[in-house]
Amino acid sequence: MSSPAPLLSIRDLAVGFQTDSGLLRAVDGISFDVPRGRTVGVVGESGCGKSVTAFSIMRLLPQPHGKILAGQILFDGRDLVQATPAEMGTIRAARIGMVFQEPLSALNPVHTIGRQLAEIYLLHKTKDKREALRLAVDMLRRVGLPSPEVRVGEYPHQLSGGMRQRVVIAMALACHPDLLIADEPTTALDVTVQAQILALLRELRAEMGMAVLLITHDLGVIAEQCDEVVVMYAGRIAEQGTVEQIFDRPTHPYTRGLLASIPRLEHPRKTRLTTIEGLVPALSEMPAGCRFQNRCPLASDQCRQSQPPLEEIDPGHTVACFHWRSSV
Amino acid sequence: MPPLLEVRDLRMHFPVREGVLLRARQTCRAVDGVSFTLAAGETLGLVGESGCGKSTLGRCIVRLLTPTAGSIRFEGTDLAPLSRRALKPVRRQIQMVFQDPVESLNARHTVGQTLAEPFIIHGLGTPAERARWVQELLDQVGLPRGAEQKYPFEFSGGQRQRIGIARAIALRPKLVICDEPVSALDVSIQSQVLNLLMELQQQLGLSFLFIAHNLAVVKHVSDRIAIMYLGRIVELGGADDVYANPRHPYTRALLAAIPVPDPRRHSPPAPLAGDVPSPIHPPSGCPFHPRCPHATDRCKAERPELRTVATPTGTAQSVACHYDL
Repeated sequence: MSSPAPLLSIRDLAVGFQTDSGLLRAVDGISFDVPRGRTVGVVGESGCGKSVTAFSIMRLLPQPHGKILAGQILFDGRDLVQATPAEMGTIRAARIGMVFQEPLSALNPVHTIGRQLAEIYLLHKTKDKREALRLAVDMLRRVGLPSPEVRVGEYPHQLSGGMRQRVVIAMALACHPDLLIADEPTTALDVTVQAQILALLRELRAEMGMAVLLITHDLGVIAEQCDEVVVMYAGRIAEQGTVEQIFDRPTHPYTRGLLASIPRLEHPRKTRLTTIEGLVPALSEMPAGCRFQNRCPLASDQCRQSQPPLEEIDPGHTVACFHWRSSV
Repeated sequence: MPPLLEVRDLRMHFPVREGVLLRARQTCRAVDGVSFTLAAGETLGLVGESGCGKSTLGRCIVRLLTPTAGSIRFEGTDLAPLSRRALKPVRRQIQMVFQDPVESLNARHTVGQTLAEPFIIHGLGTPAERARWVQELLDQVGLPRGAEQKYPFEFSGGQRQRIGIARAIALRPKLVICDEPVSALDVSIQSQVLNLLMELQQQLGLSFLFIAHNLAVVKHVSDRIAIMYLGRIVELGGADDVYANPRHPYTRALLAAIPVPDPRRHSPPAPLAGDVPSPIHPPSGCPFHPRCPHATDRCKAERPELRTVATPTGTAQSVACHYDL
């Protein structure tokens, strides 16, 4: 595919954590792009490295244990892996915004939400405090916070979970970033509030035109929000493609198993659900070859010996499986 | 035959203490007049969003909480007024599986000790018999041999939930209350645990009260479903009927809000605005009226009671709404 340079291009990224049992590679050589104005979803189960990828882009890995071991994170042509802390400070907030799973931990409990939001404007936009507060009220109105003039004077604990997440989104989008990274933005919320936040993200994306990197374990959220999908398993990419390719023609045995194991409302009740037997191997006990081998119905000697490369099976649809032809 | 469990007008009100003297100035009506029955071998799914009182209701039934009012008849005996001592024989019959197996398992006990404990408490078996029963339990929930010598931290989340399930079925109870048993698990593990619960129900003839917020999960395992909102049941009926023909506007909104793993489906606008109101200051009349798209003046003034409605299949379905929407 020849297209203009993507906004974000991750190339052979490897991230490790220094632990008592040695260096563990949480992300092991992944590459994908986020084109301008598009929403790319990263889906996978706990420990697959999806959040570590997000924190690596923001250069917010826990210190001193977390480290980018190899690869590039090209943001608008510039490698964030090489950026200094000062440069990252400018890029964060101004060019890349981030929304976390738990809004309460992203907000300062002892400052009013107005002050926290105005601070961003004071750092990046204006010197005038009153103007910063006015911008904060405007932004809170845009994210649908009811009576923002009153709410700016309130503290995070006075807001509901959904309202807190709106505030965090307002902070992430305050400086009109080119990229929004949303790490499980609705996982902590109730389903009706989740629907509100997902609708809000769609609206804001259409309005502001930013690209979104959406990290989630919920394939339903991926289907509703994303243009492209990256499926991760145990620190590597198992499959990637457009949302239609992934849902219409899931090809990697893991993607297929994942889609089949979701209980669906239209399925007959009390029937046996499809499962992926077994467990994800621990990072310290990763086998050689394909990391899905112990749970895969198609595993062969080849899978135990060598790592399957990502193979393009359709334009834009790649799969890391030796046996993908027998999988479909 | 009388139902295994019959809950009538159950209320659990918590005092909200405030100020320097911690006087109870307000009341949180976590469960506010809930009635339902559960037959032997049946699964009743209980669905609702955080703060709707579904977990409190489960805790009242196992009598971890003493309800403020109402009755909990289990095989004809009302559990609500019973003392700790009088409850002990009943506790064998009603067990609970919790959401977070990390917090509900003693980290300093081996799995073997945890699973033998119910037998010790109820004075059952010799040490050798108990060791054999523990082995049988581990087999039943699909844990490997030797697991009894390990500690909870040595297991993954899904395996820990299997330990929690083994503990719950140790005394061969008739009723198991599952409070969000798979919410903390990954999708591929979630389906393993749901399959296990359905198998055990078949083998042991268990009744389940299955509490969860995920309507798709609840519908899959349940015979009937109750939808809770602000401490009350707003709709109750056969699982297929409630899904195919939801009568309460809240049930409809819940169904519409579930993200569907199908990119062809057009993403709907959010079905409901606003948040769930606080159970300390519940709205007047119908508790759902501030968020309901169909609310009228009557809804603001008058609380709708659960009433039976006709279903195409002739099964019982009831809804707490003034109108036939």
